[in-house]
Amino acid sequence: MRKGSSSSAEVVIDCKNLWKIFGEKASEAIAAVREQKLSKVEIRDRFDCIVGVQDASFQVGRGEVFCIMGLSGSGKSTLIRHVNRLIEPTHGQILIEGIDVNALSATQLRSMRAEKIGMVFQNMALMPHRTVRDNVVFSLEIRGIDKEERNRVALNAIDAVDLNGWDACYPDELSGGMQQRVGLARAIAADPAILLMDEPFSALDPLIRRQLQDKFMSLSEEMHKTTLFITHDLDEAIRIGDRIAIMKDGALVQVGTPEEIVTNPADDYVADFVAGISKLELVSAAKIMEPLGHFRQRRGEDPKEDWPEARPDYSLDELVDLSIATQHPIVIKADGKPIGIVTKNALLRGIQGKADESPTLETGAGQ
Amino acid sequence: MSENSFSWLDPFRSVDLGIAENADGIKQWAIGNRDVIQPVKNFFNSLIVSTEQLLLSVPPTVMIVILTLIAWQAAGRRVAIIVLFCLVVLGMLDPNAWSLAMTTLAIVASSVVLCFILGLPLGILAGKSDKFQAFLRPVLDTMQTIPAFVYLVPVVMLIGIGNVSGVIVTIVFALPPLIRLTSLGIRGVDPSVVEAARAFGANPLQNLYKVELPLATPTILAGVNQTIMLSLSMVVIASMISVKGLGNEVLRAMGRLDAGKALVGGLGIVILAVVLDRITQGMGQTGRERGHRHWWEGGPVGIAVKIIRRNKSSSP
Repeated sequence: MRKGSSSSAEVVIDCKNLWKIFGEKASEAIAAVREQKLSKVEIRDRFDCIVGVQDASFQVGRGEVFCIMGLSGSGKSTLIRHVNRLIEPTHGQILIEGIDVNALSATQLRSMRAEKIGMVFQNMALMPHRTVRDNVVFSLEIRGIDKEERNRVALNAIDAVDLNGWDACYPDELSGGMQQRVGLARAIAADPAILLMDEPFSALDPLIRRQLQDKFMSLSEEMHKTTLFITHDLDEAIRIGDRIAIMKDGALVQVGTPEEIVTNPADDYVADFVAGISKLELVSAAKIMEPLGHFRQRRGEDPKEDWPEARPDYSLDELVDLSIATQHPIVIKADGKPIGIVTKNALLRGIQGKADESPTLETGAGQ
Repeated sequence: MSENSFSWLDPFRSVDLGIAENADGIKQWAIGNRDVIQPVKNFFNSLIVSTEQLLLSVPPTVMIVILTLIAWQAAGRRVAIIVLFCLVVLGMLDPNAWSLAMTTLAIVASSVVLCFILGLPLGILAGKSDKFQAFLRPVLDTMQTIPAFVYLVPVVMLIGIGNVSGVIVTIVFALPPLIRLTSLGIRGVDPSVVEAARAFGANPLQNLYKVELPLATPTILAGVNQTIMLSLSMVVIASMISVKGLGNEVLRAMGRLDAGKALVGGLGIVILAVVLDRITQGMGQTGRERGHRHWWEGGPVGIAVKIIRRNKSSSP
């Protein structure tokens, strides 16, 4: 199953109260916003400024894949560009391994970009006049690393994305999916601690997108890189992310694990997003089971020997397999002791993403 | 009513800022500063003259072979054949035509090299800075549209007649397109590629050399091509201040109403223009547009490389 939330792990990217306001009067606007809590529209009317990011705070732990999901114009691409300071914030801080990115000198910033951070772009942004190999080792060339070492690194990175034999080709000789694999190879070539992925797979067709997601996930598993992953596709965020942040109008609306987001949306906006998401793989038995005491009280019977058994971390998909083979409810056992029951009704409602109301109704009447 | 009294309907008649008289003062300034200007002039003049002597010292047949090979390398076999044909026709126009053409070529080459040295940095600056671009635009407009006769006289006053003045007059007219197209090329580079280079730690200079200039090269070469064409169109005017070559032939023929001689000179200029245009346009194409990966894989150099490789592999 998924890696747990990273609250205990070392924080690699720490974003603190980040604001970005575009416009000539940005500094006046930010002061007014912080005093008076203006809305986006008021800022536009009074200062002629556009709010890109408003008060975003999040932390990404070592090795974690953190997805930021939002529709176009929600400010997610602006947000990710603050991490390597391609955009300067209006207010707030970004700390990378404890170092304030905005306090770095130009030279320090460049060496941090070249050594610590790899970035993949939505439109690939490969250099058309350079071969695949020269594209992949661009950051090493910038740092003045000699040619022999560069060739070695390039072949490794190209091998990691399964593009062997294409190293002497130019980007326009490759298909879109292959070009983005070059983009990925370029990002990992310098073996950076952090990967920034700005909608890397959005421009690809669904089949290729899926292949690249798989490739990325296996690479990610293997190399254990801290990743900030931008997407407008919630399915992709759920597939790839250890944690997800939902972004709307420049603000982070909700941050949580995929299961938390899907089962416990913070507001109607998030709820609308997750309505179409399949719960089968995401929701665990623990989330939908009825506590054992509750069940005894309602039905007046104990679980029988011949009822199927499952652990609390079983997914709904696995529960469906168990439930099909029998007429009986499923007993959820932790450490060999029964703790709860999943009835067929509760399972069906769980797949729908709604709570099973029958037990609450009956207990409500009993009290 | 007196002629100089002010009238709202015709206000300009009474105003006289004396621009023409004041500008004429440049003459005095030039005469006063001759000692400073002469050494500089002599330096450039010797450069131009030695280029001319170099071109004239090569026998025409050898020169034709060299230019044809350059055309083949830069622009492919078809262009090489056109260039070969044009150069043979140029030589057959008149017994003197070849040496006159080489003199003109020396002047044009000097002008273009100087245009490139001046124009590339200015074009890059204009591509980077909107302010500089806004400042430069009216200057370039003036350079391109002001009649050559207007600056012909001050330049002669300042420097005297001869090759150097001819080159300066040519540069004034031929420089603008190179600056404009360099700026356009730099501005036309995909901003996402520049952003990617920044994201991987490139500094502004690395960005310029490794990303922006290579990607702007086709546009910049189009600018070089235009500069060459405009330089050639100035050779007749330059001949008025005693620049030798094909332009001088045309000017003298005009004075004598000798249509035949004018045609020889004129055709010579046209042929030279075609040859230089085809070669530089070919340079603007990348090798890959002509079906090979690197420039040294095609043309005569490609053949030489192949022969050398074969010999290496066949010898033990």
